[in-house]
Amino acid sequence: MSGAPAAVSGAAVQAAGETALPPPAVRVTNLTKVFGSGRGAVRALDDISLTVNPGELVCILGASGCGKSTLLNVVAGLERPTHGSVQCAGQPSFMFQEAALFPWLSVEENVGLPLRLRHEPGAARRARVAELLDLVQLGSFARRQPHELSGGMRQRVALARALAQEAEVLLMDEPFGALDAMTRDILHDELERIWLATGRTILFVTHNVREAARLGDRIVLLTSRPGRVADTFPVDIPRPRRIEDPDVAALARRVTARLREEVARHGA
Amino acid sequence: MALDLPQRVGLPGRIRPALPGSAPGRLEVAGLDALDTAATPGPSIGGRAWTALWPKALAIAIVLAAWEAVVWTGWRPQYVLPPPSAVIGRLWAEAGTPELWGAVLTTLRRAVWGFGLAMMIGISVGMLVSRFRVLRTAIGSLIMGLQTMPSIAWFPLAILLFRLSEEAITFVVVLGAAPSVANGLIHGVDHIPPVLTRVGRVLGARGLAAYRYVILPAALPSFMGGLKQGWAFAWRSLMAGELIVVIANRSSLGQLLQVNRELADSQGMLAIMLVILIIGIVLDSLVFGTIERRIRQRRGLLTA
Repeated sequence: MSGAPAAVSGAAVQAAGETALPPPAVRVTNLTKVFGSGRGAVRALDDISLTVNPGELVCILGASGCGKSTLLNVVAGLERPTHGSVQCAGQPSFMFQEAALFPWLSVEENVGLPLRLRHEPGAARRARVAELLDLVQLGSFARRQPHELSGGMRQRVALARALAQEAEVLLMDEPFGALDAMTRDILHDELERIWLATGRTILFVTHNVREAARLGDRIVLLTSRPGRVADTFPVDIPRPRRIEDPDVAALARRVTARLREEVARHGA
Repeated sequence: MALDLPQRVGLPGRIRPALPGSAPGRLEVAGLDALDTAATPGPSIGGRAWTALWPKALAIAIVLAAWEAVVWTGWRPQYVLPPPSAVIGRLWAEAGTPELWGAVLTTLRRAVWGFGLAMMIGISVGMLVSRFRVLRTAIGSLIMGLQTMPSIAWFPLAILLFRLSEEAITFVVVLGAAPSVANGLIHGVDHIPPVLTRVGRVLGARGLAAYRYVILPAALPSFMGGLKQGWAFAWRSLMAGELIVVIANRSSLGQLLQVNRELADSQGMLAIMLVILIIGIVLDSLVFGTIERRIRQRRGLLTA
């Protein structure tokens, strides 16, 4: 499965194929993760292989409980693989479904915390924080406290905080799952714009087929219990996209049909 | 502006401008954001003060009236149980004397010093116990036990160890307050939402930095409860100590209480009791109450 050519729209470097430089941003090789042991053991991930190229936005799609989050946790180093290996270009940053901003810090202090932890000097830190807040279009909310913001704005602050880590790889675990559809649409546009502007590698986990088709360069479909790679869909719809684009809808239909097939085969 | 292009037109390649610019969606988003964050107007300062004060004033008036009524019934002679008016008058007269202020200062100095020491010890122990599972198994229940130990029970030992000295008082104050402080911190750390510690780890906060930037601030709201309780225990232990450990030529509130009792001056005794009560209330509501309210307000745990 890892051999599938990465169809990154317009990224010429990838056209040369798997062996060409640069090295992948994330490489998951035969990853298996088992929780517990003996009779109660649960096989969450089974022999997953996956390569993500630098600058690529890959959507991991699967039903709830298919081990998508586990996959991200292992890539982030929050959990150890049972078998197999994970390589990642540096320590990745992570965004969760909850914004999980620190309520005792203002918006700018939240975004500045990763810089503070790296002992970035004050002036450089403030400049970088202002830049990041402008990037997520929350410059005028720098002095607010998280509880004063809406859910969508909090997620944007969380995105700015994740970007402040200057990590090559950004892991996103259903980051817009708790938001209403309208806010989510806006944040899709925002994320696409920011991703184009910063060129980060993004591994985006979701159970929303449309969202995956809207955002991804590639969709990796996972089966449930155990999580296996069922299929990979390259997405070559030009950007910027819209969730209501006919191409997005058509791809979503194809992916959904494949997903149903999987469910029918394994039983829901 | 070149930066605006990716928003409108599908480009064949990646555009990675060094600096992000304003995007066309800005106004629209700002409008929604503005809707989402409507400011909540608070009542005026005078109005707030009145709302906060009148129930207290009324309660005090009722207590004083009840006290006055008991005195009127003649249940005890007035030289044993004087009416509130006499006690307050006496307090007013004493308020100008250096004796009272000297005593208040001595007592407060001991309280602050003892509580400060208890905080240092309590926080260190609390941090270690919340960090290391073995330590929790070893001394977690011991700390709970110490918290329930009446501090007056420490005095015989304290007097044997330190004689009638400042150290004896400090010893008991610290033993009275430190377990509450430690317990408050352990409890606070236990109740941090797991996602916050996880985010801290992902952001690269490890070891002491994790404590400084994530764990301690996250534990602060429940830790304040422990600090308040610790202060209450420190204050009680101190009063007990000053009644028992009498140090010559150093007047304190507890000692004035004792002297007044020996002189059968119940007016003076009740006046000192009022002082002790007032200091307790002022510190609890003004100092701890204000800090607690600020913390909660900042985190959005309090609605105006």
